[in-house]
Amino acid sequence: MKKDKVKFVWTPKKAATAISAYMVGLFFIYPYINMLLTSLKPHGELYANPTTRLPKSWNFSNYLDVWSKAPIADFLTASVVVSVCATLLVLIVSVPAAYYVARNRFKGRAAFLLLVLATQMFSPTALIIGIFREVKFFGLLDTWPALIVVNAGFNLAFAVWLLSGFFASVPVEIEEAAMVDGCTRFQALRRIVLPVTLPGLVTAVIFTFVATWNEFTVALTVISSPARQPISTGITTFVGQYDVAWEYLFTTTAIAIVPVVILFISIEKYLVGGLTAGSVK
Amino acid sequence: MTAISMGANKIKNRRPANSVISALPWIGPAILLILLVVVWPAIELIRISLTKITSAGSLEGFNGLGNYRLLFENPDLKTIAIRTVTWVLSVVFLTVIISLPLAQLINQNFPGRKFVRWAMIVPWAASVVMTSIIWKWMLELTSGEFNLTLRQLGLQNGQPVDWLRDPRYSFFVLIWVAVFVSIPFTTFVILAGLQSIPHDIIEAAQVDGAGSWQVYRGIKFPLLRNSLLIATIINLINVFNSFPIIWALTRGGPGYNTDTTTTFAYKMAFVEYNMGPSTALGVINFGFIMLIVLIYLRVTKATRDQA
Repeated sequence: MKKDKVKFVWTPKKAATAISAYMVGLFFIYPYINMLLTSLKPHGELYANPTTRLPKSWNFSNYLDVWSKAPIADFLTASVVVSVCATLLVLIVSVPAAYYVARNRFKGRAAFLLLVLATQMFSPTALIIGIFREVKFFGLLDTWPALIVVNAGFNLAFAVWLLSGFFASVPVEIEEAAMVDGCTRFQALRRIVLPVTLPGLVTAVIFTFVATWNEFTVALTVISSPARQPISTGITTFVGQYDVAWEYLFTTTAIAIVPVVILFISIEKYLVGGLTAGSVK
Repeated sequence: MTAISMGANKIKNRRPANSVISALPWIGPAILLILLVVVWPAIELIRISLTKITSAGSLEGFNGLGNYRLLFENPDLKTIAIRTVTWVLSVVFLTVIISLPLAQLINQNFPGRKFVRWAMIVPWAASVVMTSIIWKWMLELTSGEFNLTLRQLGLQNGQPVDWLRDPRYSFFVLIWVAVFVSIPFTTFVILAGLQSIPHDIIEAAQVDGAGSWQVYRGIKFPLLRNSLLIATIINLINVFNSFPIIWALTRGGPGYNTDTTTTFAYKMAFVEYNMGPSTALGVINFGFIMLIVLIYLRVTKATRDQA
């Protein structure tokens, strides 16, 4: 941290480093710049010959028109409802588990942590046929609750591991002092520990939200009504048999991508820790 | 910081081990959710793979290994299996090989480093299926960025290449996109590994006259072992499971030409309604992931014990 404050002096070698880093950054962000530029083109310019990178006429109106071209509002509503509910479910389930695991030794603790770690490694893709049949068994095909529960289940591990690390770093003395002053254990958790572990909670919330927002395979398999689809599968609406409305497709993906990228960047510091929890320390 | 870690150490000694019963109110909901969402589908998958099942999904009694026999009689399976191995190994290898120097690069001190790191997070944060669709557009025959650039650089004369539909190229294009979306996560894991190396070790080596390549080869790289191992294993699983990239770009086609066992199992179940062999393949896929997970748990246990 301190090192960054030292005044930077340009040398040829440092300039070379900086320039290659900028090119790498540009490389990884370029497809998304291309997406934004295409989203502003009128349809006629998409296949124009010769093609140009920048739109000749900047059709910002694409961002208004798209709402009437496909049920974008429905897709976004589905994505927000499913992601928010899955995130809440993860919080409700993971906070007590992570707290207890951080504070107590009990028989089966190692087994529990192992179970959690193993689920983090599984993606729903491998189990999709089993998931489909289970959802059908409960009569939840084509419903949001199915997506909410499945997404919460597969994102639980990240939250449990990350939060147990945060809880373990809060000195137990503070908590005990609160309990001496008449707090119950639950009150101590809520008033003393949770505020201190706020960065961990925010990270868990954003991570689960973004992962659910981006989830594709389960949504594709479980949801069949166009109007109930989240945005991740809803975008295929623009892919017709012979023609793709790329400009509206990319208007939609831009609306879907930009907010989650900002959220994800805001938790950059903690991401790696949560994903490789229990391994890299 | 020391006070905090001392506090964390103390509790371990202070409270006696509790029984599972007293833990259940706290960890029970998590166990329930895992049983419901992960264990149930896994058991259901295995059960169905041993059952005769119609294309409509109704069950007609125990079938032994009939579904597995049907699967192995499929003439396309062998090619798809070989392609899956090629797919996983090449994507993971390329990802790790490219991420190593990239992590080193964004660990350097230069103005705007924060923004370069942010740019590298974008493909990680964005939906994989959306990124794949963007690449589909960039690889488009006439107006795609890729062919446009090749033309402008004078590298492509005459007929433009149809990267996604030409069977000579389509699989490589998939590998390319998979590497592109895997690099950011991998680079950040390695970066975290680099940042955890204490400065004094490096400075000591520099004082002793080690050049920057010697420092990297002799000190940093060996200390990155754990990060590399974890990144490799997580990538193995992710790439093996990778469904959206292939589905969005080629649907495994033309024919089964770009299918992996993951997309093939999905295609059989939900496109061709050939449920029986699909569940058999699903179980084999699941078994493979299980195997990597067990290796992962072993490896991480070793690192956890060291800590």
